[in-house]
Amino acid sequence: MTGLRYVYAVCHPFGTPLQSQLSGVAGDPPRLLHHHGLVAVVSHVPERDFAEGPLRSHLEDLDWLTATARAHQGVIDALTVVTTPLPLRLGTVFRDDSGVRVMIEEREESLRRTLERLHGRVEWGVKVYAEPEPADGAQGGAGSDDGVPAGKAVSGRDYLRQRRMRMRTNENMWERAEAFAGRLHETLAAFAEDSRLHAPQNATLSGASGRNVLNAAYLVPREESEEFVELVDRQKDDVPGMRVELTGPWAAYSFAGEE
Amino acid sequence: MTMPSRVPEPYGQGSGANLADILERVLDKGIVIAGDIRINLLDIELLTIKLRLIVASVDKAKEMGIDWWEDDPALSSRARRDELARENAELRERLARLEQLEPARAEEENP
Repeated sequence: MTGLRYVYAVCHPFGTPLQSQLSGVAGDPPRLLHHHGLVAVVSHVPERDFAEGPLRSHLEDLDWLTATARAHQGVIDALTVVTTPLPLRLGTVFRDDSGVRVMIEEREESLRRTLERLHGRVEWGVKVYAEPEPADGAQGGAGSDDGVPAGKAVSGRDYLRQRRMRMRTNENMWERAEAFAGRLHETLAAFAEDSRLHAPQNATLSGASGRNVLNAAYLVPREESEEFVELVDRQKDDVPGMRVELTGPWAAYSFAGEE
Repeated sequence: MTMPSRVPEPYGQGSGANLADILERVLDKGIVIAGDIRINLLDIELLTIKLRLIVASVDKAKEMGIDWWEDDPALSSRARRDELARENAELRERLARLEQLEPARAEEENP
C-alpha cells in the first residue's frame, strides 16, 4: 500500500514484537521504520483521508476523531507494554518513508535526549472530583440549627438565611476539596519524578457527578508503579464527598515536550 | 531492552477509558513535529471542534466531558434560566435588606 505515512511515536529499537492484531489508524497495522538507531512507528494512510484538506475536515468530525484518537492511543498503549515510546501528537503525517527519515535526522539529538529522560517511565493520571452535597440536606441542616423548621421560606429573611447556609455549606465543601486535592498532589508529586497539573476537565462524565478539582499527571519509573498505585489507594480512603480517579499506565504524553 | 514484568494492570483504560482523557493526551500532549502535511491542531482549535460538537451531538460531547456551553447564556437555555434565577435571588436579597431597614427607619421617624 502506498499513500502517506502517519507517525505515532519514536522509540529506541526494541526486541519484543508488538501484539499482532493491532490495527492502527485507517486500519493499517503499525510498522517499524528503523533509521539512525531510532525507530519511527508508522502506518500507511490514504491521501483521501490524510492529505491536508481531508484531514482538516476530518478533525472536525467527532466520530472520525474519536476512532482515530482511540486507534492512535491503542498503538501507543501497545508500545508502552514493550518499550518507552515518545508519543507524537495526533495527525503527524509525512509524504513517504524518506520524509520520516529526514525528520529523524533533523531531530535526532533532541529525540535521543527526551527518550533518555523518559526511559523506563510511565505516566499516571490522577483526578479528584468533589461532589456537592444535595441541597435538601443543607436546607434541613439550616432549619434545625436555629429551631426554625426546614422547608418553604416564609419570608425574605428566612429565604435568605437558608440560602446563605446552603452557600456556606458549598463553600466549605470547595475549601475542603481544594485542601484535599492540594495535599494529595503534594504527596504524589513527592513520590513521582515529575508532575504536571492539567486544566480540570470541564466535565460531567456520563453517569458521574462532581466537579473536577484536580487533573494531574505523574511521571513514575515503571518498577515503582505498583507502589505509586498503592499510595494513591491509601490517600483516597474514606474522604467523604471526594472521588479519586486513577488512570494509566500511559505513555509519558504529558512529559514528552522539550523541557 | 527488557522491561520489568511487575507492571500493574491498567486502571481505567481500555473500555472504561474516558474519551476526554484520551483526547486530552493525543490532541494536546505528546511532542509536536511538523510533518509534510501541515495541520496545526491549534489552527483547528479545539474550540472549533467543540462548537461543532454542540451542533452535532450534545450527548456525545457530554460523554467527552465537554459541557462548557451549558454555562454560557448565549448558547444554553439552562444557563439563561440560571441567570434569571440569579437575578431573582438578587432581587429577593435587596427586598429582604429593605425589609430589615424598614422597622429601623420607622423607629427613627416615630421615636
